[in-house]
Amino acid sequence: MELLSVIPIQFLHGLVYGMLLFLVASGLTLIFGMMGVLNFAHGALYMLGAYFSYSILRWTGQFWLSMIVAPVLVGAMGILIERFLLRKVHRFGHAHELLLTFGLAYIIEELVKWIWGNQPLHVEIPAMLSGSIQFLDITYPTYRLFILLISVAVFTVLFLILYKTRAGIIVTAAVTRSEMVNALGINVPLVFMLLFGVGGALAGLAGVIGGPYLITNPGMAATIIIDLFVVIVVGGMGSLQGALLASFLIGELQSFGILLVPQMAVALEFLLMAVVLIVKPEGLLGDKA
Amino acid sequence: MLELNGVNTYYGNSHVLHDVSLRLEAGETVALLGRNGVGKTTTMRTIMGLTPARRGQIRFKGTDIVRWKPYQVARAGIGFVPEERWIFPSLTVHQNLLIGLKSEADAHTQGPGLWTLERCYEAFPLLKKRQHAKGRTLSGGEQQMLAIARTLVGNPELILIDEPTEGLAPKIVDMVAGIIRDIGRQGMTVLLVEQKLSIVMELAERIYVISKGMIQWHGTPGELRNNEAIRKSYLEV
Repeated sequence: MELLSVIPIQFLHGLVYGMLLFLVASGLTLIFGMMGVLNFAHGALYMLGAYFSYSILRWTGQFWLSMIVAPVLVGAMGILIERFLLRKVHRFGHAHELLLTFGLAYIIEELVKWIWGNQPLHVEIPAMLSGSIQFLDITYPTYRLFILLISVAVFTVLFLILYKTRAGIIVTAAVTRSEMVNALGINVPLVFMLLFGVGGALAGLAGVIGGPYLITNPGMAATIIIDLFVVIVVGGMGSLQGALLASFLIGELQSFGILLVPQMAVALEFLLMAVVLIVKPEGLLGDKA
Repeated sequence: MLELNGVNTYYGNSHVLHDVSLRLEAGETVALLGRNGVGKTTTMRTIMGLTPARRGQIRFKGTDIVRWKPYQVARAGIGFVPEERWIFPSLTVHQNLLIGLKSEADAHTQGPGLWTLERCYEAFPLLKKRQHAKGRTLSGGEQQMLAIARTLVGNPELILIDEPTEGLAPKIVDMVAGIIRDIGRQGMTVLLVEQKLSIVMELAERIYVISKGMIQWHGTPGELRNNEAIRKSYLEV
């Protein structure tokens, strides 16, 4: 009986983390599809979202303002990284791009420690989000439901743009065959730069809303990048639907893993990744082998 | 229309094209012949800016485009149908065509023949029938038709077609050859890479023979038919 009542709560925990993961992974998987290498700095952008939000909150006290301004700043950083760093090393091949993003991740992490310190920071959430909500016999923190709401809203918009607009089909095409899109007269470097901007902004938004929940600290980028890596491999690189499915699976796997097999919880997602790699190497919903 | 002058292209340190020079007059269908791995695809990729030339000139309608990006080359009026076809697997046939349509305005203002979406569907009834199917579900022949149609809706003045009949059933091969003949008759300039000599002999007005990244010979199909030495050294296996 006790276990039964815990299931919905644990499911919600998993869902909240899964959707947060998806916000970060959505941009990353599209960028991965287009660039062909994993952008290790993407986790750092997510972390910057959390820290920018912390500072904006300290200066202005406006949580809602930080929810808009911080993602815009992070998106702008994504654009700058693509335009002035990645594009310069592109012609030297994947290894250089990978090294660059790897180095950037470290630099951003050290900068964060330098500016904001090593200690975890407490981010105040607005009063209206700080209580909890009672539904039937379940009580759940309002803020986590808020995370869920924002994530679902964002990915609904994202899916509509990707599948219903010309810009969306261009991105979808470029993720799998960017050379062909380029040869058909579409300015692919520009598309790529904007994708870095949007992807960065989404990661930044995840940082803003995830910071108060997962605790804003200098290690948060390194923590999430591992889960992100698993999401992209499991979902299939370049597949937004795959990223959604994989984020959900990993969120639930972690949540129920901690409940049922606490000693094994950390290993479960890697087990899932290994199984997917063996059975379907291109990922659950991937297009490329 | 198009003129390559002493074009040299490298993949990293390996020198693939050596002083390639060739010309296409407006409205001509010209074939580039040679065995596998001699630089035919690289020539097309170089023209498109996908594998930029390190030295040499590529003039399109009088302008040197050798440093241009692929999308700029495409917008200037050169279309490319790659050997791999590069159909977008997660998009439908219709969406694949939409990518080729640079913009509605372009489709009605430039290029010989004015290929619109409707016209493409008329010319390729098979594609109309499958317009809602995902790219990944298409057969080889359907993929090839889609690849050609997707480039046509961009209304290029010059179209580069790389090995269009490779791996297709004989019936489909005839169909694809027919399409290329029609495109040429409409006045579009065509550069064709094709292994099937019979198709080349029928479609091309002039032929360049390439070997080891160098142009070895050029002339008309009639001249090639009578030149056993060239055929033996560079074409026949």
